[in-house]
Amino acid sequence: MRSDRGQSAPLGLKIAAACGLLFLHLPILLIFVYAFTTEEKSFVWPPPGLTTQWFAVTWNRPDVWEALSLSVRVAAISTAIALVLGTLCAAAVSQTRFFGREAISLLVILPIALPGIITGIALRSAFALADIPFSFWTIVLGHATFCVVVVYNNAVARFRRTSGSMIEASMDLGADGFQTFRHVVLPNIATALLAGGMLAFALSFDEVIVTTFTAGQQQTVPIWMLEELIRPRQRPVTNVVAMVVVLVTLLPILFAYYLTRDGDQIAGSGK
Amino acid sequence: MTVAALSSNPTPAILPGSGGMRGALSDLFWRRPKLLLLLMLAPPVLWLGIVYIGSLFALLLQSFFSIDEFSGLINREFTLKTYGDLLQAANLDIILRTVTMAALVTLASAIIAFPIAYYAARYARGRWKALFYLGVMLPLWSSYLVKIYAWKLILAKEGILTWLLAKLNLLWLLDAWLALPIVGGNSLSVSFTGTFIVFVYVWLPFMILPVQAALERVPGNLVEASSDLGASPGQTFRNVLFPLALPGIVAGSIFTFSLTLGDYIIPQIIGTSRLFIGQAVYSQQGTAGNIPLAAAFTVVPIVIMGFYLWGAKRMGAFDAL
Repeated sequence: MRSDRGQSAPLGLKIAAACGLLFLHLPILLIFVYAFTTEEKSFVWPPPGLTTQWFAVTWNRPDVWEALSLSVRVAAISTAIALVLGTLCAAAVSQTRFFGREAISLLVILPIALPGIITGIALRSAFALADIPFSFWTIVLGHATFCVVVVYNNAVARFRRTSGSMIEASMDLGADGFQTFRHVVLPNIATALLAGGMLAFALSFDEVIVTTFTAGQQQTVPIWMLEELIRPRQRPVTNVVAMVVVLVTLLPILFAYYLTRDGDQIAGSGK
Repeated sequence: MTVAALSSNPTPAILPGSGGMRGALSDLFWRRPKLLLLLMLAPPVLWLGIVYIGSLFALLLQSFFSIDEFSGLINREFTLKTYGDLLQAANLDIILRTVTMAALVTLASAIIAFPIAYYAARYARGRWKALFYLGVMLPLWSSYLVKIYAWKLILAKEGILTWLLAKLNLLWLLDAWLALPIVGGNSLSVSFTGTFIVFVYVWLPFMILPVQAALERVPGNLVEASSDLGASPGQTFRNVLFPLALPGIVAGSIFTFSLTLGDYIIPQIIGTSRLFIGQAVYSQQGTAGNIPLAAAFTVVPIVIMGFYLWGAKRMGAFDAL
């Protein structure tokens, strides 16, 4: 189909594309430099000196650890809920045709398609109407709701590639429904679920807009960072936390990409 | 031998049920696939239906309540007064400012995204293709707050941008820009220009992906045919490439537009004290305690996005998603 193989791009296009990619990446790299700066009070560039002392200071800050622990617990439980709900939904939608199928896909996608502030304030006003006090579980409720879509997208893409005849063959060979699920369906979708789970974890770990409405006084890592951005207390500590957050979210994304790269509808497309 | 083995151990065509609870359940699901479907759908639909749609209704309901201006208590009676409050000059300003910003951000994202998407779709192959993909995906997925923070570092008065411009002897340009009304300010990090740059940066990947998907579907020989027929590169772009990429651009603009409309954190951290819709919602429900007005404010982006999606669907943008 394509007759342009081997043809090289015009110089202007190359430069524009390269500049665009640099624009996307340089700011994140800058965070890594600032994590080592000796300057405490301002964002002065170039850094007057480099030091690793702020890593030790950050390590000894209990508020950072508390925020991290809350974030990890919320992300783990939300991911678990999203895995169950997303897989069930994907299995139902992709294996059978029924009335209202389109409506269900829309329902799953809606929490991420509408701006986060709408999801956030909707949950908050619902909690207010129902007199539910803020707690760990109100955060999880919000996070699980928008994490479902990530698992769902990955699982649906994999189900589409898995041929239904394998399930029939398994049944014909005498396996019951549970055995078929355990030995045929699950191994087929496992990597897609793992990828979806990782992305859901990263999404939940990073979420701030909905969380500000459902957390009350509790601090997750993004809320802690938001506080520091609005009312800075110790800038170097914020720098270090920012760098760690970049690394913590980077690894699951790379791993999810690696798991789904062979021809699947790829993991993260359309966050 | 095989014949003997077969005849000595005749297998019935239909196996008996495997017995027990598990077997009975399995058989039941096999005979009644609708029941299985119902059981699979019930948990996610109930969760999303109750938690999400329920909350949206709760929100919508509150926008028809009003606040008592003297006691500050919420009056739970149906009224359109809160929507009337939206039409006050100050609130209309906020809506107009947000929509203008969203439109400008969308336009700028489309312009920056196009070369990246075009290169990735038409020229990048093999290893480079994967690199481009990750090059867009990693910024998309890295922490939202960290990205904003990075720009706070860059745009600060003592930051890298001022340093760079000073090295290039271009500081006068920055000063001239900051002296302009509306877009200017004391420094880039407290100006609309800063807010604009950060919005474009944060939402850019959401534009690149659908544009690239649309461009992947344009056959290369179409572009060649156009130039064979004597079109200049500019004409080819205007008459061939751009119309074919348009559904992708519209699909991407759904994200950039909607995300800018609803964001309240970026203008709060980098920008002036003049409010955007998201900030108005946040301060109304928080410090002011006026949940009805906050709810009415959120209806604005929902309505705008409703019209936007309707228009986008007519342009075929959903096929490009």
